[in-house]
Amino acid sequence: MTTATYLRVHGRQAAIWSGGLGLLTGQVMRNLALPPSYWRLVMQEVDAMGVRSVVVALTAAIFTGMVLALQSAVNMARFGAENYVGPVVALSMLRELGPVLTAILVGGKVASGITAELGSMKVTEQIDALRAIGVNYVKKLIVPRLLAALLIFPLLTILADFIGLLGGMLIAVLERHVDAYVYWNNIFYWVTVRDFLTGVGKSFFFAAIITLIGCYNGLSTEGGTEGLGRATTATVVQVAMGVILADFFLTKLFLFLFW
Amino acid sequence: MMKEQPVVELRGVWKAFDHHEVLRGISLVLSKGTTLAVMGGSGVGKTVLLRLIAGLARPDTGEIRLFGRNIERLREEHMLALRRRTGFVFQGAALFDSLSVFENVAYPLREHTSWSEGEITDRVHRFLSLVGLPGTDSLLPAELSGGMKKRVGIARALVLEPEVVFFDEPTAGLDPTNARVVGELIAELRSGVCDTAIVVTHDIEFAGMVADQMAILHEGQFAAMGTPGEIHSSNVPAVQAFLAGELLEN
Ligand SMILES: Nc1ncnc2c1ncn2[C@@H]1O[C@H](COP(=O)(O)OP(=O)(O)O)[C@@H](O)[C@H]1O
Ligand SMILES: [Mg+2]
Repeated sequence: MTTATYLRVHGRQAAIWSGGLGLLTGQVMRNLALPPSYWRLVMQEVDAMGVRSVVVALTAAIFTGMVLALQSAVNMARFGAENYVGPVVALSMLRELGPVLTAILVGGKVASGITAELGSMKVTEQIDALRAIGVNYVKKLIVPRLLAALLIFPLLTILADFIGLLGGMLIAVLERHVDAYVYWNNIFYWVTVRDFLTGVGKSFFFAAIITLIGCYNGLSTEGGTEGLGRATTATVVQVAMGVILADFFLTKLFLFLFW
Repeated sequence: MMKEQPVVELRGVWKAFDHHEVLRGISLVLSKGTTLAVMGGSGVGKTVLLRLIAGLARPDTGEIRLFGRNIERLREEHMLALRRRTGFVFQGAALFDSLSVFENVAYPLREHTSWSEGEITDRVHRFLSLVGLPGTDSLLPAELSGGMKKRVGIARALVLEPEVVFFDEPTAGLDPTNARVVGELIAELRSGVCDTAIVVTHDIEFAGMVADQMAILHEGQFAAMGTPGEIHSSNVPAVQAFLAGELLEN
């Protein structure tokens, strides 16, 4: 295949994918306002997503906090600034790594789960069966997942932030003999509420991206079980890419708006 | 006297997938009280046609009216009210595999009525008996044979007593005994639950049993349409070939 053909074919696929995702987003927006609401389904999804995710998110967070502390402590020791390990860990954790790592790790898991569930309903015509019965499938299958994710991801992010700081403290205190009180005190002195909130704010956007990609890929699955496998893999990659790209633009936006 | 408005009306409907033109100008009228059998070989576009009529897919051009309402560009949310008045039996049954037989059949009732649990139970049991599956309430779809799945799918499509039912290959893939049971069931419906239907099939004998109108789909168009008698005496080559079994699979 020549480069030109390659670009044309993949460009076309990317355009169709983004267009479809955009249309689905519009449909979901319209349906958020429509009655009835299926709160029971939202709680079911919260349960499923939350349980699937807590351990992964927190394990990643504590190790990230520890790595951040290890790395920054080595560097900062050169300036005799080891007491400031806390704020350095906190700024990276709260503004970036807490929300982004949670979104990529948990998001990949949650979104591929959604793609698998909806995709297998799609290939066995269960989605069409719902439609034929007169059920609003967007309202029944997508909106509850979106609402659940909008609840779960900010909460997990806050938890990951906290656990990350705790991990940083472990290293600072046990390895570098920083006083625990000094560690936290410096964090509270140097880190603002705004740092914390921009991170949590990002997680709402990530939650929406994750659910919509998961749902869209599930609903557009074609080609039986083989297609299902492809769709699930694609979801993991697209969620990671989507989160990283969105993170850049959100960071730009938040700096512009709040700085 | 004013003529009653057709239940389904198609005018010049075209549908293609990636340059492959499946339907090339289909027109038809289905009046209340009529059962139309759409026949044709495998892959001629019978399922595609049925999905267009039920509003599950959209035509490229042409007009589709369901209960007098144009649906070819109707938004999904506005289709829902119309779909409540129709039933669709999928070729592969399309049962909800996480729900029991009872809950599958109860699903439309829970969605569209505010009936009590007792009323729902009575209605579900009535329709499960109608399709010859009493006492299967708690089975899961995975525990059913192909014929049983199809019959549960029929019960689910009929449970709200729709004004028109679309059957996609209700007898395909069934052994002869099961095929006859399902065929008799659909024939019986005409005098009871639902008198208007479109039945897609490549089974000529079955079509003769249930239909009072027949249409033969060939190369994206209706090669012939009319009463079973008219179809059997048709001298259109494609129809004769189909009746002789030449266009059938296997
Ligand atoms: N979603 C789709 N995408 C691409 N091609 C399709 C799709 N649905 C149906 N087709 C094609 O349309 C033709 C008719 O299919 P179908 O209506 O299922 O045939 P049948 O008469 O056996 O029910 C087939 O060639 C099939 O490959
Ligand atoms: Mg078919």
